[in-house]
Formats: sequence, C-alpha cells, structure tokens
Amino acid sequence: MSDPAQLSEITLRVNGEDRRLTVDTRSSLLDVLREQLGLTGSKKGCDHGQCGACTVLLDGRRVNSCLVLAVARDGSGVTTIEGLADGEQLHPLQAAFVEQDGFQCGYCTPGQICSAVGMLSELAAGWPSAATPDVSAAPELTEPEIAERLSGNICRCGAYPGIVAAVKQAAG
Amino acid sequence: MRPFTYERAADADAAVASAVAHAGNGGVRYLGGGTSLVDLMRLGVERPAHLIDVSRLGHDRIEPTDDGGLHIGAAVTNSELAADELVRRDHPLLAEALLGGASGQLRNLATVGGNLLQRTRCSYFQEATKPCNKRSPGSGCPAREGEHRNLAILGHSSSCVATHPSDMAVALTALGAHVHVTGRDGERVIPMPGLHRLPEAQPERDTVLEPTELITAVTLPAPIPGARARYRKVRERSSFAFALVSVAALLTVEDGIVHDCRIALGGVAHVPWRAERAEGELHGAPAAPEAFARAADAELAQAEPLRDNGYKVALARNLIVATLSELV
Repeated sequence: MSDPAQLSEITLRVNGEDRRLTVDTRSSLLDVLREQLGLTGSKKGCDHGQCGACTVLLDGRRVNSCLVLAVARDGSGVTTIEGLADGEQLHPLQAAFVEQDGFQCGYCTPGQICSAVGMLSELAAGWPSAATPDVSAAPELTEPEIAERLSGNICRCGAYPGIVAAVKQAAG
Repeated sequence: MRPFTYERAADADAAVASAVAHAGNGGVRYLGGGTSLVDLMRLGVERPAHLIDVSRLGHDRIEPTDDGGLHIGAAVTNSELAADELVRRDHPLLAEALLGGASGQLRNLATVGGNLLQRTRCSYFQEATKPCNKRSPGSGCPAREGEHRNLAILGHSSSCVATHPSDMAVALTALGAHVHVTGRDGERVIPMPGLHRLPEAQPERDTVLEPTELITAVTLPAPIPGARARYRKVRERSSFAFALVSVAALLTVEDGIVHDCRIALGGVAHVPWRAERAEGELHGAPAAPEAFARAADAELAQAEPLRDNGYKVALARNLIVATLSELV
C-alpha cells in the first residue's frame, strides 16, 4: 500500500493577488501555477532545472519553478509571464522579443522573458557573471554577458541571436 | 515521488532535534534551496519520509570576522555569495568558482550548505533502476566498466569512481575554509579539505557528517597578503555544465620564487582534491612553467585513469600549468 498524500495550506501572492491554496507537499511551484491556478504560461520542459522553460520570479529573483516545492514558499510572491504586462501594454522585454524575432515555436519564450527580467535586475544590482572580466568590478551589458547570464534557458529552435538582440533593445 | 511530511524548523537546535526524532522513520532530509534534493526525489534516488526546511534559520548573512576573514551562513544563496562585495574584493577565487557553476536561476536557489552536500552526477547513481554502490550499497559499480568518461582519476576505489560535482567546494578547499556543523552531540568545526571523504568501501558516505548533522556556516580565513588566485574550469560547453577538470590556485611569488601556493582540483575525485604533492614541489621553486609542470606531474603520478578518462590526466596537467602561469 502506498503512503497517503500529505496536504498543506499555503498562501502565495501570484501576480499581485493573494491565493490561498491546499497543496500536496510534493507539488512543485510549477505544477501549482499550471494545474491549480491555470497559469499555463510557465512551461514544463525537462522538470529537472536544466532547460529554464519554467523560469518565474520568486520574491523578485528568477528561479526554476520545477525545483521549488510550493509548500516551502508559503508567503512568497511569484511573478509569471502572465503578470508582466500592464493591461494591454506589453512589458518592454515582451515587446522587444516580438520586434526582434526572439522566438520561433515559442515554447521556451515565457521562461526566456522571465529569466531576462531577472537577469537585467541582477545586472543593475552589479552582480558579476562568469563572463565578467574582473569579478571585483561592475559588469557591463555586452553580448558575451547576455549569453552567459541566459545560459540556463535553452531554445531548441535556436532563436538565440534574436533573444540577445531583444535583451539589448529592452535594456536600452 | 514518495509522499513526505514537511516542517519549517524554527532554529538549528529544533531542526537537529526533529531530524534525530524522525531518523528511524523512513528517512529524513534537510531542505535548503532544493535544487539537488528535489531533483533526486523526483528521480527516486532520494526517498525521504520527512523534510525539515532549514532555509530560514537566520543563517543567511555574510559577515566579516575579527581575524579579517568571513563568516558565511549556510543558507546564503550561491548568487548572493558570488555578488558579495567582500567576497569579490578579498576572495575573487570563490566568486569565480560560484559563477562557473550551474545557471543564474539555480544559483538564486542553491545554498552554501546544499552546494557542499550535493550528490554526484554519475549517471548510474542518478538512474534508480541501475546498480550503484553509492545509492544502494553492495549492488555494484557499473561505471568502472561502463560510462566513466567524466568520472574520477584520483582516489577512487573498486566500489566507486564517482566525482564530487561542486565548483564552490574546490575554491573553499584551496582557500582553507572551515565548515561549522551542529548535531546531537553539539557543534564542531571541520577544515576543508576534510568534509568530504574518499569512497573506499563505503561510497554511500560522501562526507564525514553524521546523517542528522546540520551545516550552519562556512568561515574563510583572512586573505593571504600578496597572493594571486584564479579558478579555471574546463567543460564540454562554455556555460552551464559540470567540470571535466577544474583548478583553484593561489600563488604568492617573491623575487621570482614561489613563497606559498595552494592548489585544489575539481572533477577528478570523490572529493575536492587538494594537490599537496604539487604544492610541496613548488615551495621554494622558481615561479616558471617548467616548475609548474614538474609539480603537476608529481601530483598526477598517483592518478589511476580508467579505460575512457585518461584524457583527464593530460587536461589536469595542462590546466594546472596554465592557471599557475597566469598568476605570475
């Protein structure tokens, strides 16, 4: 006989709205967003933290939602691709992905855009990366920096040139 | 995934007490960022009946110590540590190693304690249907005769040829860090190297920790005056891949002579490998490529490459020489 599921009550603030939820302790944040809240923009690619399609902003930081246990994030704030636009006004990164052809099939795109939003705030905070020539100095937004900082997001269509162009455009 | 109960511990003592209480009931694990543990639970490699969340015990700060070093809480994330101004100023080697590992998203979740205790990426360990002495003691090691291209060349045993995957741990080993733990018998401090152990006949034990011991912090000594340091990593693609071989090196040169040096290797053993033989060769030697090559050869004379990973011996040798040469 298998062990019974363990349930837990949590609250998440999702795209600005408090959501009271009963979750299985095994549920990932990704599964809760998709299956319980109907927010299917975040995609399940590999479910192992390797592809980045599930990337969301958790308390302002980009993370792989497939590796986050929802039960462990009671009280946290989550922003998904559905929460980026301001009404009909696209987020600057969304608009830039459209203008620069930053996708083909579109499956990785929500994760790419959420990752890029998080990445630009990390860069604005002065965080270095493996592409930063001197980690003790402030980084600059070069193409090698964009490529390195977005290496956790795989695009099997190979839209990388458009993605890099979109990030450069949005960063101004 | 097997169902499990979850609790958020209030403090370190409560976490340990709970782990001790649950230890006999089908397995208990501490949960940090979850990037390694949750993945292994999904793969069926880890099957805990109870999780104790230790990410909010107040171990989330980086503070200078009285002796000029740093005290790093175990729950500090990899990205916070790599971005810290004091780390970047005093220990850029550590920032380089952290930034060489994983992806931006993973570093935002992964913690210092969890990074140290992450498990090997040996494909037999991660595939629950395969034999593996580390996952299922006594079941055998298919990697010895099978897929071992990325596995150990130093310190392996007949029962296990796995490598430790952490970049951060390699830097901490070269830097002479100390790992602070608390357990049922109180607190203790473990020097690096010394936390991780060679597989010998017990590959199921990655470290010297007891199952209910909890890492609370890592401390770094004051930076060595005049030392230059660098972390270099060779991998199969230029980002987001584990090391085939990595080198963390600190070098102090006075009048063209090596005054002090510390070298640690990643991707080559069950532990972050402190290259003591190479260090011994270099003390008092000229700071020049010929001496660096002799030191690398002295270290790698003890290598026992497997059928398909002999390339790592040459790679480690060249990477040691290249990294030290950069520091002169």
